[in-house]
Amino acid sequence: MELTEFIIKAIVIAVIFGLTLLIAMYSTYGERKVAAFIQDRIGPNRAGPFGMLQPLADAGKMFFKEDFIPAQANKWLFIAGPALAMLTALMASAVIPFGHTLRYDGVEVAVQAVEANIGILYIFGVVSLGVYGIMVGGWASNNKFSLLGAIRAASQNISYEIAMGMAIVAILMMTGSLSLREIVDQQHSGNWNIWYQPLGFIIFITCAFAECNRTPFDLPECETELVGGYHTEYSSMKLGFYLFAEYINMFISSAVISALYFGGYNYPGMDWVYTQLTGAFGEVAGHNAATLIGTAVFFGKALFFVFFYMWVRWTLPRFRYDQLMNLGWKGLIPLAILNIIITGTGVLFLEPYFTALLK
Amino acid sequence: MQLTNRSKQVSNKEMTLAEKAYLPAIAQGMAITIKHFFKKKVTIQYPEVKRYLGPVFRGRHILKRDEQGRERCTACGLCAVACPAEAIQMVASEREKGEEHLYREEKYAAVYEVNMLRCIFCGLCEEACPKQAVYLRHDEMVPVFVERDQVIWGKDMLVEDMNNRYKREAWTKEEARLLDEKKARGEVSNVEPRAIP
Repeated sequence: MELTEFIIKAIVIAVIFGLTLLIAMYSTYGERKVAAFIQDRIGPNRAGPFGMLQPLADAGKMFFKEDFIPAQANKWLFIAGPALAMLTALMASAVIPFGHTLRYDGVEVAVQAVEANIGILYIFGVVSLGVYGIMVGGWASNNKFSLLGAIRAASQNISYEIAMGMAIVAILMMTGSLSLREIVDQQHSGNWNIWYQPLGFIIFITCAFAECNRTPFDLPECETELVGGYHTEYSSMKLGFYLFAEYINMFISSAVISALYFGGYNYPGMDWVYTQLTGAFGEVAGHNAATLIGTAVFFGKALFFVFFYMWVRWTLPRFRYDQLMNLGWKGLIPLAILNIIITGTGVLFLEPYFTALLK
Repeated sequence: MQLTNRSKQVSNKEMTLAEKAYLPAIAQGMAITIKHFFKKKVTIQYPEVKRYLGPVFRGRHILKRDEQGRERCTACGLCAVACPAEAIQMVASEREKGEEHLYREEKYAAVYEVNMLRCIFCGLCEEACPKQAVYLRHDEMVPVFVERDQVIWGKDMLVEDMNNRYKREAWTKEEARLLDEKKARGEVSNVEPRAIP
């Protein structure tokens, strides 16, 4: 690998990593603000202008609290729980294409940590590992409520992963590729997958809510039934890591949703912007500027879905556990199969017909 | 018996397909919450902004002076008798020659103390006072105290400051009632608050 390419890549990875953490951090602030606004309140506004320093204050508080490990807990697993949750949450952002390419000194580097041709499979693998963080933590706490919460999380994640996978299969049938970059590039301009896969999108976003343990599927940490769920026994920064991992997961899944269904860094009229920019600033600088605009658009889309997560959280009550399982197994999985069949029919018969018609 | 017309008949009928799909109901709910998102917030930024609590709010105590700056209190002790919490204590004293500009009548309160932990802000002292001397201010509250020696307020805290007099629209019950009636009839709209004569 060339040195310049390596340096640019390193910078890109560091920036993506930092941005993910920053966005997760400010998601906690955003969550409280959104909650407040929806409930006709103002929300945190004392720490810094508009309460912008609130996440720092929260983190400071978390750090200085007593780090308690229960006497009967399995100490190493108890520590491993939040570490695993955090690790898996952060790993998933590696394959997400945040932008097109950056050019410098004749090298072209993709705005993406790793370009893997099995990107979406990798994300699935990492996301399903995420349940280990919760499971290990809940088990190691040696507390019935923690264990119940962990078991709920595990069964819920496994159930909804099936429907989620099948919703993606329909996308893969259309695009013919597992690479996220390939999928995003095929949605050039306004040709987004949401126009072809509305049902798949609804299934996917529902499952994403369940995977992130967000309301209406936040049964693993259901306060009314389970005290605090899997993190009942956790305090200090270990608890902070669990909560933080949840927000990172939220951002990652929002990014995946916008990459899969909403064109990622593509936006309508991007070709016109590209020609204008390259005309104004030259081939290299214009290309980089267009890429950065695309990245900004991507972040905008992802942040909208983060907002959507919060919006839903402060609207809907949580499901009962049997309702959750009914929805997953009897509702979403048959729908996902139906979606696959419809997509298959479309790809096989309608697409050749329409392409022939257009020619 | 029907109390309101908002009651709804509950039914156990099978849900329709649209209801089973959840989505229409969810969309409805989301529309409601997003409407609230853009609504004007009702929060008052408390320590910086204080709401007007009305002309009859009973806040911190004040021992009034008259327009010449003489203390009105004659240490009759009616407020202490009226006080259900027994928060008021006083020591009476006789006015000496040359103190006429300090005290309105021949007897005055040398010590007048209100125990702020006992006081329940009922306003009975205000009603009992025959000299219109003790009032509970409608515009100021008792500030937060954290030390024991801040609990009992003496005359240094209670007696009115002549440079910053306590003003209100009406000083007696009768006056207040008349004012309310006049306001209701629309004869007066804005009464200038004044210090007691």
